[in-house]
Amino acid sequence: MKEKVRIAAGQGFWGDLPDAPVRQVQGGPIDYLMLDYLAEVTMSIMQKQKARNPNAGYARDFVALMKEILPTCVDRDIKVIANAGGVNVPGCAAAVHEVAAELGLSDNVRIGIVTGDDILDRIDELLGRGIELRNMDTDEPLALVRNRIQSANAYLGAAPIVAALEQGANVVITGRATDTGLTLGPLIHEFGWPADDWDRLAAGTIAGHIIECGAQCSGGNCQYDWQNIPDLANVGFPIAEASPDGTFVITKHEGTGGCVNVPSVKEQLLYEMGDPHEYITPDCVADFTTIHLAGDGANRVRVFGIKGRPATDSLKVSISYSSGFKAVGTLVYAWPDAYQKAQAADQILRARLARLGLKFEQILTEFVGVNATHGRLSGEPSSDLAEVQLRVGVRANDRAAVERFTKEIAPLILTGPPAVTGFAGGRPKVEEIVAYWPALIPKSEITARVKLLAN
Amino acid sequence: MQIKLTKLAHARSGDKGDTANVGVIALRDEFYPVLVREVTADRVKQHFQGICKGDVERFELPNLGALNFLLYESLGGGGTLSLMTDAQGKTFSTALLRMEIEVSDEEAARLGLN
Repeated sequence: MKEKVRIAAGQGFWGDLPDAPVRQVQGGPIDYLMLDYLAEVTMSIMQKQKARNPNAGYARDFVALMKEILPTCVDRDIKVIANAGGVNVPGCAAAVHEVAAELGLSDNVRIGIVTGDDILDRIDELLGRGIELRNMDTDEPLALVRNRIQSANAYLGAAPIVAALEQGANVVITGRATDTGLTLGPLIHEFGWPADDWDRLAAGTIAGHIIECGAQCSGGNCQYDWQNIPDLANVGFPIAEASPDGTFVITKHEGTGGCVNVPSVKEQLLYEMGDPHEYITPDCVADFTTIHLAGDGANRVRVFGIKGRPATDSLKVSISYSSGFKAVGTLVYAWPDAYQKAQAADQILRARLARLGLKFEQILTEFVGVNATHGRLSGEPSSDLAEVQLRVGVRANDRAAVERFTKEIAPLILTGPPAVTGFAGGRPKVEEIVAYWPALIPKSEITARVKLLAN
Repeated sequence: MQIKLTKLAHARSGDKGDTANVGVIALRDEFYPVLVREVTADRVKQHFQGICKGDVERFELPNLGALNFLLYESLGGGGTLSLMTDAQGKTFSTALLRMEIEVSDEEAARLGLN
């Protein structure tokens, strides 16, 4: 057994710094590269792509990335774990396989694929058997939005990733797997942690939570002493250096910017936290009130003491559904009386929208530079503001109403208050809203399938 | 005396649907008891009046010298439904650090806050 396993995070979300995974692979020793591509609504975008083209529906960026890093990964025996498969895991795997062949590495690359998360085709069958997939936030039954569903995926945990690694995979591609499972899987595989060793499973889960948002634990978006965080232009993405006993060190490659210190790790631990006593994943329930942190030299934080409890018998399901349309329009008003001008423009716009008789679910006006982020907590604005951005958003079930709204912004320039600019981008875009429906499903309903792609 | 929370804590916030979470972390270990005493769920609810339309729930993490707050019904529907600039509640962190809290002169002196 290895004494230490180093898992490097390469993407905090689909669209994160493109070079980050390359730098993780080339910048120093690592054993695994972990890549998280799937945000909550990403799956619906991928379902749409797949509907147009049966070969699409996964993160294409991942394939381009593999072309760049596979030679180094093979050379240094770095395994890659990614949930890049989206709603077409086999398609993604085939594309990576092709890349490996182009590079002459077919014999060295063994691709493991994990499926079974996609339940879009099973919704009616599940509802028919009384599995209501109620919304975890609102408790409404899924039947309410049944005919607007675009994607439905259960979150798989670490177990199928472990199975793929046991079969000899050195690239594991999944669909909707938990972010934390991408880190925990390799640790279970390397250290042979038993399936009921809840403390260690919780430790691996928390290691995953700390690094899953990329540089957000290594100096990015860090409030603590932010002015003195060095060289963010060259920010190092995080690496979890784990030991068989379940303790681990968060660090980053030598010579990179940013910082890994106790405050930077604490900030990430608290990110998107619910009840800290129970961080529920398919693999275990982790207790964040048992985490201990200690500095361990420059850019190293030791994490220890973590306790966990048995996993629940449910999996979370992420369902996306179409929920109307929205658009946001902006204009910029300059000194003097910038705020008053923006307020007057808003009144004029609203009067015109009312006269048109358009029905909106919501109209929201914000004044950027005055109150857009902190609302009334910002206090009274200075009377001498250099400029204020008027930002008006509308939402409606009727696309035509939103479309009409987008035609009312530019005319304000010639028909409203003076000293107005900032309309370079043309009419605002109408966006279809794809909303998110979180639900639970009994674990017994979901069977993960694992296989190794034949060379 | 009144003191701004930003002198005692740093913070990070995020979202889960229409709920914003704000993690508040003591800048020094000895500030944590002051946070526990002063930054109550009620005070936070009052602070975010008009912004947070639901309840506020507080969790203590003494191991990290931190408090976690859940602010329900705060993000204009949340996720992709929200029309807000800050639909993900990313700036609720510093919004909370604007809070004024009460510290006695004696305590302020002891904690080196003068």
